[in-house]
Amino acid sequence: MPETQPTSQDSAFVLLRHRDIPNIDQLQIYLQNDGFSAFRKVVTSMQPTEVIDAVKASGLRGRGGAGFPTGMKWAFTDTKNWPHYVVANADESEPGTFKDREIMEGNPFQFLEGVAIAAYAVQAHAAYVYLRGEFWQVAHVLDQKIAELEAAGLLGDKLFGTDYSLRLYTHLGAGAYICGEETAMLESIEGKLGMPRLRPPFPPSFGLFGKPTVVNNVETLTNVPLILLRGASWFRTLGTEKSPGVKIFSLSGCVNKPGNYELPLGTTFRELIFKHGGGLPEGRKVKAIMPAGASSSLIIGTEQALDTPMDYESVPNVGAQLGSASVIVVDDSISIPWLLNKTLHFFKHESCGKCTPCREGTYWMMHLAERITAGAPEADDVALLKSVASQIKGKCLCALGEFSIEAVLSGIERFPEDFKTQAVETAQPIATLSL
Amino acid sequence: MSKYIPLAERYAGEVQSILAKYPADQKRSAVMPLLYLAQRQDGYVTRQAMQDIAAILEITPTEVASIVGFYTLYYDEPAGKYRIQVCTDLPCALRGADQFLENLCTNLGIKVGEATSDGLVTVEAVMCLAGCDKAPMFQVQTGDGLEYHEHQTVESTLALIESWQNPPQAGSQTASEKDRALHVPDSSAEPEKGV
Repeated sequence: MPETQPTSQDSAFVLLRHRDIPNIDQLQIYLQNDGFSAFRKVVTSMQPTEVIDAVKASGLRGRGGAGFPTGMKWAFTDTKNWPHYVVANADESEPGTFKDREIMEGNPFQFLEGVAIAAYAVQAHAAYVYLRGEFWQVAHVLDQKIAELEAAGLLGDKLFGTDYSLRLYTHLGAGAYICGEETAMLESIEGKLGMPRLRPPFPPSFGLFGKPTVVNNVETLTNVPLILLRGASWFRTLGTEKSPGVKIFSLSGCVNKPGNYELPLGTTFRELIFKHGGGLPEGRKVKAIMPAGASSSLIIGTEQALDTPMDYESVPNVGAQLGSASVIVVDDSISIPWLLNKTLHFFKHESCGKCTPCREGTYWMMHLAERITAGAPEADDVALLKSVASQIKGKCLCALGEFSIEAVLSGIERFPEDFKTQAVETAQPIATLSL
Repeated sequence: MSKYIPLAERYAGEVQSILAKYPADQKRSAVMPLLYLAQRQDGYVTRQAMQDIAAILEITPTEVASIVGFYTLYYDEPAGKYRIQVCTDLPCALRGADQFLENLCTNLGIKVGEATSDGLVTVEAVMCLAGCDKAPMFQVQTGDGLEYHEHQTVESTLALIESWQNPPQAGSQTASEKDRALHVPDSSAEPEKGV
């Protein structure tokens, strides 16, 4: 190996290591960069509970959007009911999110090693990677990588001379945003319509095939090998005290350099958008920021907002959630009703239809947004839109219904001028309106 | 006229390896991968294929059909051989996806959702494809799978379509072409629409 070959310690990245370690998507190169030493270490020298404790100590939180502590989730797995399963959520369908695809294409073995470590931690002998159907090519590459790992003795039966066996499988979805919701995803793997389950019971007690199941996002799992290899204290040197580690921020919309940026949690919006993203085209101003994709509330693009650190605790201070950190930048040429029309078309299309408030609500919100955007609104359309959105709130089995109203309610409240030009204000109180 | 070959025979090896991915008592899990297999030949799932899958998995054809109806990447009707599916969701729209789609359709002389007169290409608007930073972008779906095309212009897309119209004369068949050659459908085995 030439001396200039970078080692994992040399990489400036934790997750996107393919950006400075060429060909890390090849097994040999991954192994040269400490690949599968963490998995070998845990299987041969650690108890499953020790692995869970190490991940707990790191403070790693779920990167798919909810930010739930990963180690705690693993510890919830019911040990009275067997077998256990691990499901990696590679459904990545939120408008504005494109990080997991880059991980799986660029650094696939680190992700698969993370899946394997999670499986060992909960003593699962089978794990499924659920990819959205559009990731057809990614799934085929992962199938090849899994076969290489089996051939190399890194997956399969009686690993490293122990009694522990593990198989990994890919499962392709077929175009349904709802399957990113963990219980809908489990239904989908079971060959059913991708509709969310009533919870509780939660997957750690009743998951895939009715068995205890850990469901983690691709990015979350990709953190795990280096946490086991370098230790929780190393991980905590990155990010903030309550949001340790790095995060991949998917930057899109009205910026000069859209793309994925791996940065410590707590980096400000300003640094992401202007330093890394190259600012806005034509010197335009930031009108609004959606930090969690189409599911996000609209943050007003003030100086204070731009200086807000992007971590799980700080983003709520400016009226939104960090979520999956899919930062959509909206410039001052964009009308908010047009934007809502876009997000509502998405949610109307993706509502699975199980819960009436979401199924009907997204339909009516979409039509109201269409009418407002077309400039031919009825007098009270804006108030009616707000009313319908409010009626969805808190009334659905999963978060999709909730997600569909975030931009609507925050948009109407925070950008009232945009609605005045298109809709005539009405004196009629909302309470008297009905569908 | 050659006889219709059921899915379980036509793709015997692949059907078995798909079933092996799931616990023996959870065969139904194989419905999605089997539907992709069924779609490979004609770009859509025939009624006969749905019955084949139902027989393999010991569920009803109605249950199979409900999966086809729920998930957007399965089709129960034929369309252009190549489905160009342009993402027009918010992040792509902020980068000109709507104009791209409109101009593309104008150039092809079709409306969104329609097929070209030669039946080769159908252009559709679809939901987010996780390619927001590389818009305008689309995926091309054929029976054989999906591929992404990013950083697109109308010119680059028209050139791509032209390459489909005039495929290079290759000496070797691709695996999927060989696969197609195996099967000559027996029209009498296919129930009429609306039955």
